[in-house]
Amino acid sequence: MTGARPLAVAGFALSLAACVGERPQAFRWGGDAEGGAPFVEADPADPSKVRGFDVEVAQTIARGLGRDAAFVQVQWSSLDQAVERGDFAIGLSGVEDTPTRRAQHAVTIPYFEFREVLAVRAVDRERFRRLADLRGRRVATLGATTAYEILLAARDSTGIIPVSYDDDVHPYTDLVAGRVDAVLLDHIIAERALRRMTPNSLAIEPGAVALGRYVGVLANAHAALRDSVNAVLREAMRDGTLERILRRWQVWDPSQGKLFERALREPAGPVAAARVTAPVATALAYLPALARAALMTALVSLLSMALAVAAGLAVASARVYGPGPVRALAAVYTEVVRGTPVLLQLFVIYYGLAGIVRLPAFLAAVLGLGLNYAAYESEIYRGALEAVSRNQLEAARTLGFSESQILRLVRGPQALRYALAPMTNDFVALLKDSSLVSVITVIELTKQTAIYATNVGSWVIPGMLCAAVYLVMSLPLAHLARLLERRWSAA
Amino acid sequence: MTGRALLSIEDLRLCYDGRDVLRGVSLEVRRGEVLALMGLSGAGKTSALRAVAALQAFDAGRIEVDGIALEPGRVPPQSRLQPLRRRVGLVFQGHALFDHLCVIDNVTLALTHVLGQTEADAQRAAHALLSALGVEARANALPARLSGGEAQRVAIARALAPNPPLLLMDEPTAALDPARRSSLGQTMRRLAAEGRGLLVATHDAAFARAHADRVAILAQGVVVEAGDPGDVLERPRHQATRALLAAEG
Repeated sequence: MTGARPLAVAGFALSLAACVGERPQAFRWGGDAEGGAPFVEADPADPSKVRGFDVEVAQTIARGLGRDAAFVQVQWSSLDQAVERGDFAIGLSGVEDTPTRRAQHAVTIPYFEFREVLAVRAVDRERFRRLADLRGRRVATLGATTAYEILLAARDSTGIIPVSYDDDVHPYTDLVAGRVDAVLLDHIIAERALRRMTPNSLAIEPGAVALGRYVGVLANAHAALRDSVNAVLREAMRDGTLERILRRWQVWDPSQGKLFERALREPAGPVAAARVTAPVATALAYLPALARAALMTALVSLLSMALAVAAGLAVASARVYGPGPVRALAAVYTEVVRGTPVLLQLFVIYYGLAGIVRLPAFLAAVLGLGLNYAAYESEIYRGALEAVSRNQLEAARTLGFSESQILRLVRGPQALRYALAPMTNDFVALLKDSSLVSVITVIELTKQTAIYATNVGSWVIPGMLCAAVYLVMSLPLAHLARLLERRWSAA
Repeated sequence: MTGRALLSIEDLRLCYDGRDVLRGVSLEVRRGEVLALMGLSGAGKTSALRAVAALQAFDAGRIEVDGIALEPGRVPPQSRLQPLRRRVGLVFQGHALFDHLCVIDNVTLALTHVLGQTEADAQRAAHALLSALGVEARANALPARLSGGEAQRVAIARALAPNPPLLLMDEPTAALDPARRSSLGQTMRRLAAEGRGLLVATHDAAFARAHADRVAILAQGVVVEAGDPGDVLERPRHQATRALLAAEG
């Protein structure tokens, strides 16, 4: 009986392998369901599935290639890198047709034309008709997009202040909240925001700031597959499949028809690629932006640490010296803050509290990181205070020192020595955790590096530059701590 | 024996960790006198000293130091204890020096911050004390660099700096070789001769015999025998005293 079982298992495995072998390999496509409807969103009826017009475009392509579509979730800003890595065959999720993308990846013909439109608060409808009306104002968009490039150019030409977000929902909530004065994004996204926000709170300016087109992106080496995909797309344009999909998702308009006509007229030859700038020149061009971002990282870290030390001391003192309820409250603070992700805390402080206090992003970043690290600092200080021998405290008492003098003259100075090494450790960790504040629109070193890397299509040089700047900031800290430790132990 | 007692303890009862440590201790220390409080370890010597120094609450009885009384119940807040603190110095068994301060700063800290002396006055007083105790050469050393004998003399200097009339010492001979014990004994005699009272907790019979004016034997939470060291230690009347001397070997 037991001897027969392995044979049966082997037989089953063989027949399974035969089954799989008969079916063509699934056509893996990448998209970001966080982008939401009408592009790609989790199906409300079955959240394990996705739906949207990009989903149906992907299914059409897969069908045309004689394969089944399989969805791969990937962060929108990482689509290009993921497709080059080979995580999936094609990225489709409102991917914009840009010269850089064409230069570095295999890009399909466009299947949708969008307008970059300006959304403003309804009351500002007459005031801010064009970007030029927004001099000195904060204009938001999604980072690493054509819209962001347009805003960067407008910063230099008309003096607007670009604000980059990691998602395409919060720019509009912050617009209504008054944190920014306009949002520049694809008209599909703007119209969706208009439907979702409180009626009559937003208005979309009629004129398009620019035109753009959505394409599929493939690995540079997969030009042949790209050509097959193009053939499928052209067929879908010709037989009306694509139009039906776009109509079903209510994004069809006459300009799509013209786009299809142009695509069908053009020869199926290779598309022109943009000129590639030399890496050194690009690196030099990004240096000022990186320097600004590094300064932001240093500033956020220093202020957060100062807050963490002050608040940490208060919490530790409450835990060591406070009466019962105060001790309990301090313990709850420490455990709740340490037990939840700092990312969540940043979101809550910036977006969650927006209804009560509308903190500027920089202040929210310093508060979020500082109060988070305060919990860790308070544990270090508590441990350090309790490490000072009880006998010394009692000796100080018999000599007549007041409790506050004992803390200031005897307990504190010794606790500081115990706390120094773990504090330095925390400061280095905080320096790197400061990269998290980019989720609430603060452009610091890592975010700026990611923008740089997306634009040049490689992480090698940006990554090395970024790492070097972090090390330049963190190594002196470690050195200083060692120096102080040595001096105190030798004194 | 001159005048009123400097320290008087009456019927002191103290319960610690659910154990009756002291069950009615009474004793007195006069100015100019060295009283050795003897007993096996765990007999409650340290608890008695800590109660007198207001580091430990007691449950019943009365402690009075130079007219300042301590009552049973919780230890009063530090702010209310200043009169007592001026009158009682305590030398801890492990010295309890401030690890982050050098010897001279250990001694001057209370002078400048509690008594409000100028730095110069405090320095002068501290040097005089350290010199009298033979550790002036170590004035700039950190406690971690001191030998056991040196650390103890610094601890004595620190306790004496505010000039308290009553000095409590907890097992002062614990870390000392015989030569150092004898020198410590002479120091104690000198302090007594200056008019101070010394209450010294020890289990060292030879040391008590050589340097104390009186001994009190503590056992099962009470003083079972007290008097002249010659009498008590040469002709012990109580079983506990004999046990103590036997343990001493």
